[in-house]
Amino acid sequence: MTTLVELTGIRKSFGGVHALRGVDFALRAGEVHALLGENGAGKSTLMRVLGGEYVADGGTVAVGDETQNFRSPADALQRGIAVIHQEMALATDLTVAENIFLAEIPSLISWGDLNRRATGLISSLGFDIDPRSTVCDLSLAHQQVVEIAKALSRNVRIIVFDEPTAVLAVRDAERLLGIIRTLRDRGVGVIYISHRLDEVFRIADRITVMKDGASVKTVDRTEVEIGDVINMMVGRSLKALFGEDVERSPGKEVLRVEDLSDGSRVKGVSLSVKAGEIVGLGGLVGAGRTELVRLIFGAEKAKSGRILINGKELKPRSPRDGVRAGIGLVPENRKEQGVVLDFPIRTNATMTKLNPLVNVFGFIKRAKERATVDTLAARLRIKAGDLGDPVSSLSGGNQQKVVLAKWFHADGTLLIFDEPTRGVDVGAKTEIYSLIKSLAAEGRAVLVISSEHLELFGLCDRVLVMREGHLTGSLEPQDYSEEKLLKLAMISTSAPLQQEPAH
Amino acid sequence: MGIAMTDLAETGPRRSINISSLLHRYGTFVILIALLIVATSMSDVFLTQRNLLNVLRQISGTSLMAVGMLFVILTRGIDLSVGSIAALGSVISAILIQHYSPGVAIGAAIIAGGLCGAVSGGLVAYLKLPPFVTTLAMMTIARGLSYIVSAGQPIVMGDPGALITSFGSGSIIGIPYPIILMVIVFALAGIVLVFTRFGRLVKAIGSNAEAVRLSGIPVAHYTMSVYVISGVLAAIAGIVSTSRTGVGSANIGVGAELDAIAAVVIGGASLMGGRGGVANTLIGVLVLGIIANMMNLARVPGYHQQVFMGCIIIGAMLLQYASTIFKR
Repeated sequence: MTTLVELTGIRKSFGGVHALRGVDFALRAGEVHALLGENGAGKSTLMRVLGGEYVADGGTVAVGDETQNFRSPADALQRGIAVIHQEMALATDLTVAENIFLAEIPSLISWGDLNRRATGLISSLGFDIDPRSTVCDLSLAHQQVVEIAKALSRNVRIIVFDEPTAVLAVRDAERLLGIIRTLRDRGVGVIYISHRLDEVFRIADRITVMKDGASVKTVDRTEVEIGDVINMMVGRSLKALFGEDVERSPGKEVLRVEDLSDGSRVKGVSLSVKAGEIVGLGGLVGAGRTELVRLIFGAEKAKSGRILINGKELKPRSPRDGVRAGIGLVPENRKEQGVVLDFPIRTNATMTKLNPLVNVFGFIKRAKERATVDTLAARLRIKAGDLGDPVSSLSGGNQQKVVLAKWFHADGTLLIFDEPTRGVDVGAKTEIYSLIKSLAAEGRAVLVISSEHLELFGLCDRVLVMREGHLTGSLEPQDYSEEKLLKLAMISTSAPLQQEPAH
Repeated sequence: MGIAMTDLAETGPRRSINISSLLHRYGTFVILIALLIVATSMSDVFLTQRNLLNVLRQISGTSLMAVGMLFVILTRGIDLSVGSIAALGSVISAILIQHYSPGVAIGAAIIAGGLCGAVSGGLVAYLKLPPFVTTLAMMTIARGLSYIVSAGQPIVMGDPGALITSFGSGSIIGIPYPIILMVIVFALAGIVLVFTRFGRLVKAIGSNAEAVRLSGIPVAHYTMSVYVISGVLAAIAGIVSTSRTGVGSANIGVGAELDAIAAVVIGGASLMGGRGGVANTLIGVLVLGIIANMMNLARVPGYHQQVFMGCIIIGAMLLQYASTIFKR
């Protein structure tokens, strides 16, 4: 088989953070090559180098026999490489046909011809979408088809799929895998990034595992089993990853949610979390988990249902009400929601509770603030040159610790973590896990959202699963398996669980 | 500190201080010094005490509006209504002083300014209307109100307004009261911005409002209050103008919002919020005032002055952003 593209010794740093430390990767014609690794392992960065979005600091990209020097995604497309990101790059107000031929729309448009060609491309993928419909009216699955058709219209020979099924329902995910097989049979090389290992094992021909910015190993799928791959990804035993287990005993109920709805994304959810307990929330991206915790915290308003904190009903109208009731939320998007990046670490850390640090005239007691944050930074082991430096100067893991510090400082009784280790390296991950465990050990209630199943199983006392806004089930430690979780997360059951609060 | 510091791989990117970052930080100050040198060499009159005080007196009104504007811009907003609110403050104080005590007249003018700010601030903060359009509307509303209140006529204060006019013409140890007021307002604003919770949160909101909101801070209260501050300072600027001329007029402050914005931006504040300071804004106001003064001394005709002023603002901005331009 011919090699389509070969990456050799690719290096890339951002500031002082080495995202890629000399990665080798090769793709053959007519193969599906899965790229696996934890968040932050460098998969997406590598694909951005291949797709021309980043210029590598070192190493070579060779397409066929020629060494390439991509300066932009357009350069990469020129050489037949398309990257399909999880967040799709479609102009949602334009029609399907306009999107597919966006780059080559002539100054005088022949609509009939354009629409015919679009229909041809889409039906070759086995779908039937009206090329005149507006993209924002399409389902996510159909948008993805448009994205693929767009790539095919440019005669690409290499397509990178970055977590394509994360947003898709189970049936659509199946159809996508079908499309990928079709592409492979046509001789296209497919690079496939996914967190769903069972899916990877069904479709991949070869698997490359990355860890900490380097490629660990490339293997034929038939040579390995899922367990082997997990070990390669994590690079240490699971026990070491999740740290020491601290003795905890669940106390009284801190959070009780009854039949909570927001009218669109959250539909009649009931649950309960006790003091000293770590409860996980699993499900697909878009299942309504983030929306649910934002309702509890007060970032969004609920339509119906009740929230009780320590037995007292809470009707939060803003995050301020949530914070006052003792709730803390570590949001999923650190840079946009978690920290003020340009601001000092110190200022960020105290933002959730300035009262004890301010005198009656509103002046900030700087010495006291300094002492408070020094203590926090030591406890959370925040590695910073100076606590007066902007948060943007920190690595992802340390930035996340600053967000955690905010809620350690606020000292609430319920802490909610939404994807707490996204974009965090393995070392910081372990530290964050033990911090979360210590919060629970101190008698706080903890709710953790994660799309990494391993993280939920390693950290949580039980895992609740959501699908399309409903709570569909609860897993106890003896039931922890990816298969069971995905079943609850993806397959429609006739009667979703929700009468009783899932204890 | 000229050398790159040691590589802090664990804690973040390496930091170095070089010429472009110095320019960026102190660019405004460099522009001011350059202007002072040019102005001094161009005219013998420039460096006289009389002329300098004259410059300061002329900028005292704009400078108050610029302080209010700075607070608004720090939250990533804009306030186009300040010139009109100044006119409203001017006519209200001039009319009321005919019948009531100076305290009532001045107080009412300030409250009117604060109310205008509260309305636009409320719409921006709570109903999420875009600041540009909202304050544009307030600009015509306040201007219209000043014409209604004054019936379109200039209001000569005469004897009842003696206290106000004495503020405009009086001085302590040779320094006119309006200049003293300006200094006090800048000092207070500087203290608020650097040392208080209010100042810190206003800047933080401009930098990332969502992160601040999710920290449990009532972002909307703070956002609204910066517009109230801006309205109050604009009304005071109107009263100061009235005190200097002795006449309340609905025509004052036309285009003053643009001067205020220009001053804040020349002072290095980012229209994207979160970055800017009081001292730099003062320098921005001074730069504008000195340029106008230079052109008067050089007898540049009025229409030409406007063209020059625009070009010089662009030049100042280019110097200001030299660092980012060089990077590209």
